[in-house]
Order: sequence, then C-alpha cells, then structure tokens
Amino acid sequence: MSPEFRDAAVQMTYLAASVLFIFSLKWMNSPQSARRGVWAGVGAMALGVGGTLLNPAVAVSSLPWIALAVMVGGLIGVPLSKVPLTAVPQRTALSHAFGGLAAGLVGTAKYYLWLHEGGANLTTFRMFAISAEVILGFLTFTGSLMAAGKLQEILPGRPITYRGQLMINFLTLGGAIACAAGLIINPQWFFLFPPLVILSLAFGVMLIIPIGGADMPTVIALLNSYAGLSAVAMGFVLDNTLLIIAGALDGSSGLILSIIMCKAMNRSFSNVLFGAFGSVQEAAGGEAGKTVKSASAAEAAEIMGQADEVVIVPGYGMAVAQAQHRVRELYDQLTKRGIKVRFAIHPVAGRMPGHMNVLLAEADIPYDDLVEMEEINPEMPQVDVVLVLGANDVVNPAAKNNPNSPIHGMPIIEADRAKTVLAVKRSMKPGFAGIDNELYTMDKTLMVFGDAKAVVGDMAKALAGDSGMH
Amino acid sequence: MTPFLAAAEASGLTAYIPLIFVFILATFIGLDVIRNVSRLLHTPLMSLTNAISAVVIVGAILVAGPPVSDEHPLWITILGLVAIAAASVNIVSGFLITNRMLKMFKSRKPEEKS
Repeated sequence: MSPEFRDAAVQMTYLAASVLFIFSLKWMNSPQSARRGVWAGVGAMALGVGGTLLNPAVAVSSLPWIALAVMVGGLIGVPLSKVPLTAVPQRTALSHAFGGLAAGLVGTAKYYLWLHEGGANLTTFRMFAISAEVILGFLTFTGSLMAAGKLQEILPGRPITYRGQLMINFLTLGGAIACAAGLIINPQWFFLFPPLVILSLAFGVMLIIPIGGADMPTVIALLNSYAGLSAVAMGFVLDNTLLIIAGALDGSSGLILSIIMCKAMNRSFSNVLFGAFGSVQEAAGGEAGKTVKSASAAEAAEIMGQADEVVIVPGYGMAVAQAQHRVRELYDQLTKRGIKVRFAIHPVAGRMPGHMNVLLAEADIPYDDLVEMEEINPEMPQVDVVLVLGANDVVNPAAKNNPNSPIHGMPIIEADRAKTVLAVKRSMKPGFAGIDNELYTMDKTLMVFGDAKAVVGDMAKALAGDSGMH
Repeated sequence: MTPFLAAAEASGLTAYIPLIFVFILATFIGLDVIRNVSRLLHTPLMSLTNAISAVVIVGAILVAGPPVSDEHPLWITILGLVAIAAASVNIVSGFLITNRMLKMFKSRKPEEKS
C-alpha cells in the first residue's frame, strides 16, 4: 500500500467513525433505540482504532505493546462495568479521571517530542492547543478522582473550606495560565512545562474539595464536558478531525447536562463551583417548636391501599438504603389493587443525572411510570397520596414560599399540594443542604421513621397480608 | 500580505481554520442531538459519552506507535502506552455498563396496559 492510499484509508475510516458516533448519541433519544446506539458507538470506536493502526507512523514492532496496554486497560475496565448501580456516579467520575489522564499524558508526550525535534512544530497555535489539553486533562484527572472519592465516601462529602480558599484557587489557576502563556510566547521555555502540569493537577483537587455531595450531579456533568474538551484540544494538537468531532460531541453533552442540573437547582455555574465559600450551613431555623405526626409502616400502607392514585418521589436516600427492590414489591402490591402508581423524578434527585431512573429500571419498574417534575406538578392536587422516599430538598415547599431560604427559587416536586403526604425518613435531621423542611410539619403529612428499605418492605408486606385475607 | 495575515500564518492559525470549522459544526450537532436525549437515559448517556471520549486512544496510539529511536525516546512511548491503557479502561467499562443499564429499561408489559 502506498502511503497516500493509507492516508486516504485512514481519513475514510475516521469519517465513517464520526458519522457512527453521531448516530450513537442520536439513538439515545429513546429507550427502544438506545441499545443500537451502544453498538454504533462500539463500531465507531473499532473503526477509529483500526484506522489509526493503518497510519504509516505506527510501526508493526509497536503493535504487541499497544495490544498489551489495551489488555491491561480492559482488565481494569471489566470489573468497573460490574459495579452496583448505586455506585454508578463514582464509577463515572473515575472514568472521567482516566480520560483526563490519557489526554494530559498525550499532550505532555507531544510537547517533549516536538521540543526534542528542535521545536519547529511548536507553532503558537499548537502550543496553545497543547496547553489547553494539558490543563484540562490534568485538572479533570485530579478533580474527578476527588469527586469519585467524595461519592465513594472515602473523602468527606461535606464541603471542605478554609480561609482565603477562593484566592488560593484563583492563584493556582492563574499560575497555570501564566505558565501556558509563557510557553505560547516561547515554546523553548521548557522549564515552564513541569509547573504547568503540577498547577493543573493541584487546581483539579482544589476546585472540587469545597463542593458538597448534593452538587455532585452538576460537577460530574461539568467534568464530563472537560474530558470532551481535552479530547478536542488533543485533536487540534494532532490535526485529527475524529478527535475533534468525538470530543465536541462529548463536550456538548456534558455542557447540556450541567445546564439542566443548574436550572433544576436554580443556581448558576459559578454558584455551584464557588458557592460553598459563602456556605449555607446555619440556615433558617425556627421550626423546632412544630409538632410532627408519625405513623407506622402498616398504617401508612393502609392509607396507600385506600388511594386511587399514589405518586412516589424517590431521592438519594432510596439509593443509599438500596431500597429499589422493596419499592418494586410495594409497586406490585399497589398496582395489583388497581391503584395507579407513578414515580416523580426530580432532575437532581440522586448523585448524577438520571440516577433514579436507572435504579428504578434495575428494579424492573416500567419506564412508562417514571414521570418528570414538569409533568406531575399540574396533576398534584388530584393525587391522593405522595410517598416521599429519601428525597428532601427537592420537595421542600420553602423553595416556593420562603424568599429567605437558601434553596428559594429551585423548582420542586410539589408534594405539598397532594391530598396526603407520607414521608419516609431516618430521623428529623435536616437534609443535605441543612435546611428545615416544612413539608414534614404540615397537617396532611405523616412521617414514617426508619430505614427506607425496611420501611418500604414492611409496607409491601402489610399490603400483601391484607389482600391475602380477602 | 497584510501584517494580520502574516501573523496568522506565522502562528500556525491558518492551518487550523478548517479544524475550527469542524469543531464548531460538531458542537452544534452535539448540542442538538443531546438535547433530544430522553431524560430517562441521562445516566447511560453519561457512561456512553465516557466511552466515546476514550477516542483519545487514537492520540495515544499515535504517540506510542513510532519505533523507539533517538528522535522518539522510550519514555515518550511509555507515556503513550499508559494513555492507551487509561483510555481502554473507559472504552471497555463505558460500553459494557451502558449496555448493562439499557437492558434494564423496559416498557410496561402489554397485558398490564388495559
């Protein structure tokens, strides 16, 4: 094969791979076609890798080593794909870390390679692209490791703040940008490259430590976007259109998801990223005097058994308690009696976008019964019973009624407008944002205290035993 | 040539203009396609884009591919191989877990539909 022919063949496989990547994401628009999307993605990746191996620059003698590296990655990847679904947020964060690391390493290798050759290839624009790739890649690497550590609870989930944090963070990022600027002015100033790498790694850590667990959906989506953008930067470094296209798709996906998350919390990007510095710890108290009515699981089951329509609002508490399979039993018992059961999913329920949907799908709950916040709210006044299960801030009426509340303005699932509210909770301890929830002290609300898994299991049993009598 | 064009040429920008086109257009396609993804599937979407962003393996192979020589030191090749391994983790785990999650999404059975 002549080199020209091989070049053309590489470009054609890249073109086919780009088209397949677009279809892969397009087919995610519905659950029916989504699995086809995965296969399109696999095909695109195979074409991309296969096409790259055709590149005349890749020596045959290197192939065994490349194959070995792929196998090592595969051996780590297979167990990572088998984690329980409650651990999917940390797995996702961890894989952003791997993506960032790969981008950062390739950027570093290309810089030293071109420097070694004499630097003619290090044009101003290319040096700009390398700097962007290295900063984004390495900050995604450490930032995602921190996010994964918080989600896995190896690190404390609460925001870690200290005096002058904002200033130190800006100085770190500023330092990295200054090193990059120096390198762009003169790529021969190689002594600036190690500090560029170190400051980028440090900034990733510092960016994430002040962010609390409840903001993780936005952070993960944002890191997803950074991982994509670092692939784009790599594409500019290597003159590679496939990298640019796939990276742009990934970057825009992360961007849209983080915008959705921010809107669902009525917060801006900068508020999510830097908001913890202001801190909302000691928020509006004064609810202590109000009385709370509580009920047993069996009593709550009886109330649901009388209803025509039940809406379940799941939250992170359901995931922590691994209660989704008990929820399925409850769902079965209620639907068996002809009661209409639906699940109202808030966009930020859980620790990553779509987290609740996956957990409920795992428990075999048909996706037709999972409804979005905007869809369920207008129907709330007709709903007989709302069962709040491990959700807190996303049903807090203070978001609508109390202009002083830290979550004021956040769109919520309007559980307070239903006829009766049942709320399963461990204790009266306030939720993640540390805010009192007046939903719990309303007249129509009954609290069911206990572990979500045990309580929901008891509810299902009570309903099953009850229907056995007839 | 005007000074502006000369500067653009010298900085290597002109060579990049077609790539900037590709980037902008791909971003628009991405925004449009992702906006239509069902909210139900946002978690699998994230693991799928994880796998797709592992396309950086292409760059890693190009770094690890050339034979080791004076112009291409061994440590550069090692960086490339580590990057290949890191990207492969994402390719394998990303596609597998996406498929695993999507298998769970089922519609209501026809007999319950009544």
